[in-house]
Amino acid sequence: MADPMKIRATTLGDSTEVKVLMSHEMETGQRKDAQGQTIPAWFIQNVIVTWNGRTVLSAQWGTAVSKNPFLSFKFKGGAKGDRIAISWMDNRGDKRTDETVIA
Amino acid sequence: MKAVRAAVALVALAIAPSLLAQGSTADEIAKYRAALQDGNPAELWEGRGEALWKQQRGPKNVSLERCDLGLGAGVVKGAYAQLPRYFADADRVMDLETRLVWCMVTLQGYTEADAKKNPFGNGNDRKSDLEALTAYVTSESRGVKMNVPMRHAKEAEAYRVGEKLFYFRGGTHDFACATCHSEEGKRIRLQDLPDLTTAQGAQKAYTTWPAYRVSQGELRTFEWRLYDCFRQQRFPELVFGSDAAIALTMFLARNANGAPFDAPAIKR
Amino acid sequence: MRPYARLGLLVVAAIVGGCATALDESETAAKTAAALKASFRPAGQAGLDRLEQDETQRACSLAAGKAPPKDVAAMIEQTNLATIRYPADGKLLGDWKNGERIAQEGRGKQFSDDPKGPVGANCYACHQLSKGELSFGTIGPSLYQYGKLRGNSVDVQRYTFGKIYNSEAFTACTNMPRFGHKGILSEQQIKDVAALLLDPASPVNQ
Repeated sequence: MADPMKIRATTLGDSTEVKVLMSHEMETGQRKDAQGQTIPAWFIQNVIVTWNGRTVLSAQWGTAVSKNPFLSFKFKGGAKGDRIAISWMDNRGDKRTDETVIA
Repeated sequence: MKAVRAAVALVALAIAPSLLAQGSTADEIAKYRAALQDGNPAELWEGRGEALWKQQRGPKNVSLERCDLGLGAGVVKGAYAQLPRYFADADRVMDLETRLVWCMVTLQGYTEADAKKNPFGNGNDRKSDLEALTAYVTSESRGVKMNVPMRHAKEAEAYRVGEKLFYFRGGTHDFACATCHSEEGKRIRLQDLPDLTTAQGAQKAYTTWPAYRVSQGELRTFEWRLYDCFRQQRFPELVFGSDAAIALTMFLARNANGAPFDAPAIKR
Repeated sequence: MRPYARLGLLVVAAIVGGCATALDESETAAKTAAALKASFRPAGQAGLDRLEQDETQRACSLAAGKAPPKDVAAMIEQTNLATIRYPADGKLLGDWKNGERIAQEGRGKQFSDDPKGPVGANCYACHQLSKGELSFGTIGPSLYQYGKLRGNSVDVQRYTFGKIYNSEAFTACTNMPRFGHKGILSEQQIKDVAALLLDPASPVNQ
């Protein structure tokens, strides 16, 4: 099981900034191990962020995103105490959802 | 986003060849590092370490919350800024990593071999509990001034031995720590080298470990830093928690006294 | 070896004579030796024998980053000068193109390195050499235009080969490894690196 995400969400004026750290290998499928065998690709494919249940960001990722990705974005609206939920799913079907409230 | 981070790195690399003045190359690398500060993945290790600290584990099924890191049982805040130090119960000077092993053995009932078996993690399949615990404990000293004690005779002895080790030349290449770390403003290739013989140099270097190494995608502790330096010195393998590792840490940590601790950091 | 034995005596004399707290010093030295013995294990090609110092390493460790006393320095240089084996065929320069590869190669002799893999001199880690390589270190002096500035006489060639073979013969307690004496580079590799520095066609001399 993947480690929890580290999420920070803060409002400033009318926009909310969300910063997320995800724990993931993000293996490109291009690397070889010590024995010369290709290490299979293993990466986060879909990311969805919801604000009180409403989707504010939906992304499709590929192998160009680095290991342990850091995602930062802003959206309009959002108030202290609102719920932010982030879900990712990788190409193996592993998934993880974590939540926080806007500070 | 990570993609942005990668773009910043590419810009830095692309600019380098066109700028012959080395100062400018260093500036660009500094900008790259600054861009990495926001969203340091070290926090993932800190979070995992905090959970491990509080989790009931081991044969005795207890947490580490009664572990004495030098400031009393269970006190984590500021503890790292006063390590290494002498512990009467172990009758030995210990650095943080060694003390964590001690607590895992005495409190949680692990064997020493079990507690030490994975000091440096490697990817998803071999995550290191010790690295995570170290990340958590050190993060609780962020902003605290380094104040490594030298009251006990064994603390003074560790410092003197550490200093000797710093200048010890050996191996196929005659290298010592001092070969690369005793002059201001030197580099290996483009990597700046801290001068660890001055207070300022030791402070800057020591207070920024542990660090998330972007090039490895791993959080690395100070024991790892020493381990890998000796590898590059062409020495044999430094034993985790060994007297030499602790003595050298004592020498460098004590020299860093007075500076605010500022890690887990992020490095190239 | 006799010069080595004499060097050892000089070093002992320097400790006893130069230090009021000789007892403390020898106790710390003993504790350090014990710590070293207990703190390393053999790994890959790096055995514990790598921690056994020769007299040069011992004397330079004692100097602790400062210049050693004059008589000790002279003895170190003399002892190391005696180790240099110049090529039997009299040819001191090889192929600068190979020399450039050896100067770039950082691997070799680490416990993580394949013992059968390449062993380089890693010159660029510490020196500027050719103008085209911007990723160079500054622990050693710039060697850009080394040959252009010094010419290519037999004396310069012999000094250059000798310096790479055993740097301690010319500057006691230098940071530079003794590539020939310690078996890091082969005679041919040293010739190739010497050519990189001295061949008029080498990028170092453009």
